[in-house]
Parts: sequence; structure tokens; C-alpha cells
Amino acid sequence: MSTIEATSRAGDALTPGELLEMLYYMRLQRAIEDRAIKLYYQGRIPGAYFTGWGHEAIAVGATYALGPADLLAPMHRDLAAYLMRGIPARRVFAQFLDREGGLTRGRDGNIHMGDPRLGILPFISHMAASVPVAAGMALACRQRGQARVVLTFFGDGATSTGAWHEGVNFAAVLRLPVVLVLENNQYAYSTPLDRQTAARALVDKAPGYGIPGVAVDGNDVLAVYAAARAAVARARDGGGPTLIECRTMRMRGHSEADHFAYVPRELLAAWAARDPIALFERRLREEGQLTAEADRAMQGRIAQEVEEALAWAEASPEPAPASVAEGVYAASDGR
Amino acid sequence: MTYLEAIREALRSEMRRDPRVFVLGEDIGVHGGAFGITKGFLDEFGPWRVIDAPLSEAANVGAGIGAAVMGMRPVVELQFADFVTDAFTQVVNMAATFHWRTGCPLPLVLRMPYGGDVKGGPFHSQCKEAWFVHTPGLKVVAPATAGDAKGLLLAAIRDPNPVLYFEHKHLYRYRREEVPDGEHVTPIGRAHVAREGTALSVISYGWMLHKCLAAADAAARDGIAAEVLDLRSLLPLDRDAILGTVRKTGKALIVHEATRTAGVGAEVAALIAEEAFESLDGPVVRLASEDTPVPHSPVLEAAFQPQVEEIAGAIRALAAY
Repeated sequence: MSTIEATSRAGDALTPGELLEMLYYMRLQRAIEDRAIKLYYQGRIPGAYFTGWGHEAIAVGATYALGPADLLAPMHRDLAAYLMRGIPARRVFAQFLDREGGLTRGRDGNIHMGDPRLGILPFISHMAASVPVAAGMALACRQRGQARVVLTFFGDGATSTGAWHEGVNFAAVLRLPVVLVLENNQYAYSTPLDRQTAARALVDKAPGYGIPGVAVDGNDVLAVYAAARAAVARARDGGGPTLIECRTMRMRGHSEADHFAYVPRELLAAWAARDPIALFERRLREEGQLTAEADRAMQGRIAQEVEEALAWAEASPEPAPASVAEGVYAASDGR
Repeated sequence: MTYLEAIREALRSEMRRDPRVFVLGEDIGVHGGAFGITKGFLDEFGPWRVIDAPLSEAANVGAGIGAAVMGMRPVVELQFADFVTDAFTQVVNMAATFHWRTGCPLPLVLRMPYGGDVKGGPFHSQCKEAWFVHTPGLKVVAPATAGDAKGLLLAAIRDPNPVLYFEHKHLYRYRREEVPDGEHVTPIGRAHVAREGTALSVISYGWMLHKCLAAADAAARDGIAAEVLDLRSLLPLDRDAILGTVRKTGKALIVHEATRTAGVGAEVAALIAEEAFESLDGPVVRLASEDTPVPHSPVLEAAFQPQVEEIAGAIRALAAY
């Protein structure tokens, strides 16, 4: 039950194709968000816009540890996780644009999306509200004797909520197959970590729930993957939840409306030198996994996918005003 | 059987019928529940269908939501409906909006033991159904009889939406009634004429229904034939039944145990004013509990709640209007 520091040695078990696939999803998240930021500043995205700049290694590393039947309860900085579990980029753009083709058909906005049919719980604004729900999803798997695991993400601020405490405790008491990924990006909106907790480290909360906790470099995708893989295996084997604290930095504002002057610029500069995508690219180049040719091909593929996805989303109609009262209730299927 | 036994029988028969149905809550397994509703369930259904949960309303409701997302049919027991405040985000934000956001069903039942006349005081007696009636995406039911306790619980469990099932604690052992065996489903959204009459319509639900019936009996001795409508469902309201009885009698007295301001009665009164104005022969009258917290002292609580004599007086006054 002690806190351990994971390393990224588990990358050895990944094939070259898998390593490139991880890089692809990290880059795809960044590319979609880069495009969406432009849309936001053009006034084409209604409401707020949130990115996961700096979080790509966490989203990809943790999600890559899941098996095909596993389940996901993500948050608002994990776009790649949604993409990796089957949500197409075109529907993401349609969601951002509040179009009929979005995941919520204009009923909710920005990254408040998901698809229960794909095993992805949609996120809501109330931080950590997904954690007890993720525990319940895992409970259902346990009740049915299914060896499925639920991966859930939340931030440093979320660990101060009652929902987080209750959800983690519930999952721990029932030894449910849940993997708890904490994206510690140092700030909850403008609130720094030392106004969020008096704990020495957030991972120190794990022993209080009787579960193992591990802290990893959240900018090292293979370190995140290694920790998640171990936690997923442990959960699948009936060992219960694990808390993985991924330490990173939020590289933009809370939302794009936030100019985050409260973050010291030298802190941002230090983290910018450790950009998770650049770190992984360098490693793959040094190991010969990412050739110039493969790099160009991947970049071209992503650029094309982003433009095609956006075009599809822009062609998707606005939701029909007459449909506003539809869908509040499910109709009984008589079962 | 009693109202309490009807709830138990409905739960047990649904759990036997459908392996997706399970119960989760505090002290419900080994102990059988604070009111003994799930006594014997643990032995019959085992610890993964009768789940003793931590003292953790947000987690328990949230876990119920998660299981429902996965296609289970959870029935989460709140030990007292008052404690739902600790699960508010899960109920009104997570559950209520779920189908709207995703197009997927959320077959969740929250059992809400509520109401006063149990010497419970401000935190074990409240009637907070109006909070949830104000929340699109939820359904809210409040049976007054053992038959409806069974019938509405069957309907709630089979409904693909989150249903808050307000079960009145004072009615648990109030009386014995005949309850139909087997498939006895009370459709959600249908009121019931509990007593026919022509002079005026008394519209109520829950424990107050019984006080209204007693008051109507008293008024009948004075030759006033009051009709009494048991709403049974509060969201959706049975608009046709409400408007039907008011158009028939021309007068409406609304009685509930919840506090007066912005209670369910306000919505019923507004509906009547909007839709049945031309049928009215008198003012729409509300009788409800005082706009205060629920007092603990029995003397104070008697003053807080509408009483039979008060209801009978209101019936006579409105009939004479």
C-alpha cells in the first residue's frame, strides 16, 4: 500500500506500430484543439472552449492501457481518450460547434460529451461527479462477472470535492475495478495546488482509502502507460482501485477566455521545455522509431483528417428549434 | 398487507423477475434496512444484489447511476429522503440530464422515505418532492395506499428514466389493505379518484390524502359531497385528471404536507387557473404545512401540518362559497 515512483520501462513491451499510434493520438488531440482555438477566436464556437494542452501524454498513456471491452469516464482535458475509444473527430467538431452531428446534438457543449454505447461516460461540469458513477459502472461489471475495467480521469481541484472522496471510498470498499487517474496540472482555474490541499502530495491520499497510489511524470507517455497498465491489470484481477497521480502543467488558461496571468511565466517556460509531444517525438527519433518519412506521413494524415472532420461538422445542421422539448425522457421499450 | 409490506413484496418480486434489478443503500443488507424493508433479501439474493453501502449518499446514488448506465436496474435506498441533499449533484445534474445529453436510458429508482408525523424533526421529516418536480428529466411518484405502493414501485423499476419514489414513513404501518397479487402496475402519470363527489374537488397525495378522506367523511355528514383526487404521480402530473375533476365540481382545494410556498400545490393551482378558469365557481384554495422547518415537538408538528378539522373547515367554506 505504499507510494511508489513508476518508470517508463514498460515501453519496451510496445511494438513500433503501437508507439507511433500513441504519438498519432497525442498529435491528433493537439491538432484538433489547435484548430478549435482558432475557431473559438473567430467566434464560431458558442460558449467556452477548453483544451488539454500539456495533458496529451496522460490521456493517451492511460487510455492505451485499456482492453477493447473496458470503459472510460474522462474529463475535459482528455480529448485523445475520446478519440481512442471510438468517437470520430468529425463529431467532436460538431459538438464544439453545437451542431446536430455533435455527441449531444447541441444539448450540451464543448467537451461535455461521450457515448454510453461506446462505454464512454459523458463528463459534466461538476468536478469529480463522474467518479462515483465510474464506480457504479465497475459495480455493474462485477455484478455480471465481467472482467472489465473502468478508467476515470479527474484533476487536482476535483480531489477537494466530496464526490471524489465518496467515489474513491466506495470503489475501494467494494474493491471495484476502477483506475483513478489524477491529472495534477498545478492549477484548478486560478487556484494553485497549495490552496487546494495541505497534503505533501496528492498521491498521499491513496493510503487513506486503503488503495495503492503511484506518482508519475505526466509528460512521459510511457511512464503513464506503465502505471496505468499495472493498475488496469490489478483492477481486472480483483485487486481494486489504484490512484495514479500524473504530474503535469496546464499550458493554457482554464478556458480560452482565461489569460492565466496568475501563473508565473517562468513556470510555464520550464514546462514548455518538457512538452509531452516533443519529448516523445525526440525519444522515438533517437530510437529510430519515427523516421522523417513516417513523420511527414503522420502529419499529413492528421492535417487532412482535421480539415475533413471540420468540413463535416460545418455541414452538419444546427439542431431544429422545434426539437427543443424532445429527448428529456426515454420512452419505455417495455422490457 | 401494509404499505411497508407492499414495498417489500414489490421489490422482492421484481428482483426475482429481473436479474438486472438490485438494491443498494446504507444498512439494507445484514440489518435489513432502517425500516426493515429489505429484511431477508441478503439471504435470498446475495451480497452483489443487496449491497450494504458506506454512509455516502453521493457515492450511493452515483453508483446507482453508473450501474444504470450499464443497463442494470438499481434501486437505491436513501435511508431518509432528507439525506438526498448530499446527493443533489448526482440526482439533478448527472441523472436528470442523462437522456437529454446522450439519448440513452437511465433506469434508476431512488427510494425516498419521507414525511412527518414520525416525531422525526427537521432532518427526518421533510417533504422535498417539489425540488425534484422542478427538475426536468426526473419522474416523481408518491403513493398513498399499499396497492399504489406496490404498483408504482413496479412501474418505477420498469421505467427507463430516473424515478424518485417518495414513500411516506407514517404510512408504513398505518393500516392493512388488500393488495392485488402478481402484475399490479400503477402507471406513472395517472391520478386516481379516491372518493367521488360533486361539491368540490380535494386534490392531495401521500399521508395528507388520508386526512382529506377523513375530512370529506366529516363534510359528508353535513351533506357536502367532496370528490378527492389522489395525484399519485407528481412529475408528470395527471393534467387530465386534475382538470377533469375541477371541470366537474367547479371548485378546488389542494392539500399537501410539504410547505406551502412553491410547493406542488402551486403548480396544480396554476394549471387550474390557466386551463379550467371558466369552470371555476370559487377561488382555488391551498392548505399546506407552514413555511418553516419541520418541528420536532409533536405539539408544534401538529400545528405545522394541515389537520383533518382544518381540511374539513376548508371544505365547508369552499362548498359554501
